Amino acid sequence: MTRPTPATLLRVGLPLLLLAVLAYLPYVPASIPGLLPGRINGPGSMQLLATCLVFAGFALSYDVLFGRTGLLSFGHALFVAAGSYLLTVSLSTWSLPLPVAILAALGGTTMLALVVGGVALRVGGIAFAMVTLAFAQAASIIVLRDPGGVTGGEEGKALNRDAVPSILVGVQNAPYRYWLALAFVTVAFVLVRLLVRSRAGHAMAAVRENEGRAAVLGLTTYRVKLLAIVVGSFLGGLGGVVHALVLGGSSPSLTSAEFTLSLLVMVVLGGAGSTWGAVLGGFLYHYADARLVEAGGSGVFDVLPDTLRAVLSQPLFILGAFFVVVVYFAPSGLTGLGGRLIRKTGAS
Amino acid sequence: MSSVLVLDDVHVRYGGSHVLQGVSFEVPATGVTALLGRNGVGKTTTLKAVLGLAPRTGSVLLRERDIVREPTHRIVAGGIGYVPEDREVFGGLTVEENLRLVGPAEGADAAIVRELFPDLVQRRTQRAGTLSGGQQQMVALARVLLRENDLLLVDEPTKGLAPKLVTEVADVLARVAESTPVLLVEQNLPLVRRIADTVVVLDAGRVVHRGDARELVEDQALTQELLGVSMRREGAA
Amino acid sequence: MSTFLLIVVTGLGLGALYFLAASGLSLIYGLMGVLNFAHGAFMTAGAYAAWVTMTRLPSSMGVGLRLLVAVVVALLVGAIVGVVVEVVLIRPLYRHHIQQVLVTVGLSLAAVAAVQGIWGADPRAVARPEVMTGTVGLLGARIPVDRFVYLAVALALFGGLLALLRYTRLGLVIRAGVENRTMVEALGIDVQRTFTIVFGLGGAVAALAGVLFSQYAGSVSPGQGGSLLIYAFIVVVIGGMGSLTGTAVAAFAVGLVQQLANYYAVSGVGDLSVVLLLALVLLARPSSLKGATA
Ligand SMILES: Nc1ncnc2c1ncn2[C@@H]1O[C@H](COP(=O)(O)OP(=O)(O)OP(=O)(O)O)[C@@H](O)[C@H]1O
Ligand SMILES: [Mg+2]
Repeated sequence: MTRPTPATLLRVGLPLLLLAVLAYLPYVPASIPGLLPGRINGPGSMQLLATCLVFAGFALSYDVLFGRTGLLSFGHALFVAAGSYLLTVSLSTWSLPLPVAILAALGGTTMLALVVGGVALRVGGIAFAMVTLAFAQAASIIVLRDPGGVTGGEEGKALNRDAVPSILVGVQNAPYRYWLALAFVTVAFVLVRLLVRSRAGHAMAAVRENEGRAAVLGLTTYRVKLLAIVVGSFLGGLGGVVHALVLGGSSPSLTSAEFTLSLLVMVVLGGAGSTWGAVLGGFLYHYADARLVEAGGSGVFDVLPDTLRAVLSQPLFILGAFFVVVVYFAPSGLTGLGGRLIRKTGAS
Repeated sequence: MSSVLVLDDVHVRYGGSHVLQGVSFEVPATGVTALLGRNGVGKTTTLKAVLGLAPRTGSVLLRERDIVREPTHRIVAGGIGYVPEDREVFGGLTVEENLRLVGPAEGADAAIVRELFPDLVQRRTQRAGTLSGGQQQMVALARVLLRENDLLLVDEPTKGLAPKLVTEVADVLARVAESTPVLLVEQNLPLVRRIADTVVVLDAGRVVHRGDARELVEDQALTQELLGVSMRREGAA
Repeated sequence: MSTFLLIVVTGLGLGALYFLAASGLSLIYGLMGVLNFAHGAFMTAGAYAAWVTMTRLPSSMGVGLRLLVAVVVALLVGAIVGVVVEVVLIRPLYRHHIQQVLVTVGLSLAAVAAVQGIWGADPRAVARPEVMTGTVGLLGARIPVDRFVYLAVALALFGGLLALLRYTRLGLVIRAGVENRTMVEALGIDVQRTFTIVFGLGGAVAALAGVLFSQYAGSVSPGQGGSLLIYAFIVVVIGGMGSLTGTAVAAFAVGLVQQLANYYAVSGVGDLSVVLLLALVLLARPSSLKGATA
């Protein structure tokens, strides 16, 4: 038997340790004033952390396209929304039992990814980005039109509470939803890691580095890219399912152009092409978004002139501006920042 | 003798590959200087380094002014005419538009252009992309001659041309060199012997020989060693 | 028959608005390879600049005159915003096309949020002069006059841009730059400056599109530019990524298809049919989606 090297210990041990800590949080009654609303294991904090984890998973799923394969897609929200809505609609409108509904949501999302990806990949680069945005917009239109009353239009679609285990429903069960979200991120994390090391993952990296050369090496780049879209969308759809379960329904904001762009923001903030980067980016993005709303309402900006205060009270303004700064000064994201600083001091 | 262009320890790196490894030479203020070397040794890259089209370090003096930090358009506007390796005329533009791009004809050579390229005057309204290779080369030459230049950089102007056209191009260059110094990259040794005064030979990103053009071309052993070819009785230029 | 005519003219009017929204985008992409995601923010900036101007001007001035002044202000604001964005945000990322997209994405998110913070998320009504609200009889149909205004503006812009490309020095440099940017520089021309001018031009045209679209909608709202931008994307892709004539044809096709589908199928199908049209075009002719200017 080979002894594990310190590097492997670190690579496997660190995530496991973090996972253990996160899994233990619902037993921690302490409170961190300013950072979390109330006690850590209180329903407010649990719900916030659960949503942050779901967003970390969204970012992981999008990074399969953007960071790993170099596909600039503006349409990933389509698949997250598909997972979410397919679940809520199959539970209420079609009255399917939960396991079947989940399978239907995942199957439907994957099929959709095959079709949409297949068409959108007829163009590359910048045009691909534009086309995927248009397709995502179609989803938004459908959801808002509320055909036959199934999507609930602007109100969104509430989860049929009778169809899900009671353990996932209600304020007092927030820790279970938190564990569900944690399980989702863990699954997504492991799957992405496995994918990256697989032959398919190497092919994706080849396409990202140099599509022309990858094609010369005999890779059918079209299929590699389609695979990336399907895998990413499957994970995104799974995230949509978990999102619906954690938040108790589907919201049309999942189909908005803002959401689809924010996925890109999350991945770039954390560091594209890095599992930890995506996790960190997604988590922090949602955390900042949620907490900045409160900061805006809590009067911390009261000393500022009216216009400035009005602008700063918009979380998206701060996040958007911060994003621009990151693209300039830390193009490899927050996780890449450390490494880059080290390289810079070493070189000069 | 004064020099119009002085390269000193010029390096070019593309990613991991170190293409120019400290190139230094001078281009005299008159006549044709030929830049020779086997395929892929960095001749084109040297011209691009002068123009700021390749990422370079070191020093490049044009008429004693260091241009290594200047953007391409300013270097060119400052007095360099560039005829690139593959002509790179604008195929979608007409001949006239290609020429108009460099501005109103004002240089001393503008008259030469009209005289030397009567063909182009006739084909004013034709799209440059539909011209023959030789005609495209004339457009590429004409559009730099329309302006006053301190120096011309000409990269393999006879590549792929029929012998008669090779002679024509050589005539044009010889005529232009009477008033403007030329740095010429060329594979055709008879042509080099006819119009070049000095030569600079590159190998693997370094200057390996400098000297008189005629002496080099007529020294079979040396051309064989430096260029891997000797002058046979091919295309008489 | 008269309904059909109304729908066709409305479709063309909408197509005209799409052309206004898409032409600047297409010009910028064609020359610089930059997908300017902030183009929607440019439109929003124009619409709000015009709205603010109209509300600040004394109401003793006629609505039409106020609108004219507002359009001039919007054009200026759009041009300035375009130039500033190019110089400050785009230029330092020269040749890093993905990063350029990212920066404009961040800018568009922040800009919409800022507008929302200052003027609120709800739509604000804009004053419309009589020319924009009246109708005119044509072959038995009563057709709103504003449709013709949009058409006239779009055709004038199309003609103007074509003339600019064909007959001016700037146009010559743009056409050459689209073909081979490096060689233009190697002829001693400051391409960078051309980029700035084109961005300013694109910003001004976008602002005009924003103003006219707010006239069409009867209101301004922070998200307006963004939703118009999606149609502009569709138009640019169908039109061949950077070709002006292609963009014009695609814009009118999209406007017509949308209106016809909305009327003859269920209302709301129009928006979807546009996406469907895009999918069909992609499946039918993916190889021609390269780039050209005129
Ligand atoms: N943009 C680039 N990126 C990477 N390598 C490059 C690039 N341009 C040139 N090279 C490499 O630099 C070396 C020199 O190229 P260069 O074009 O200067 O050669 P050359 O002497 O002009 O050859 P030829 O006689 O064939 O024209 C070659 O090995 C080439 O592959
Ligand atoms: Mg060469």
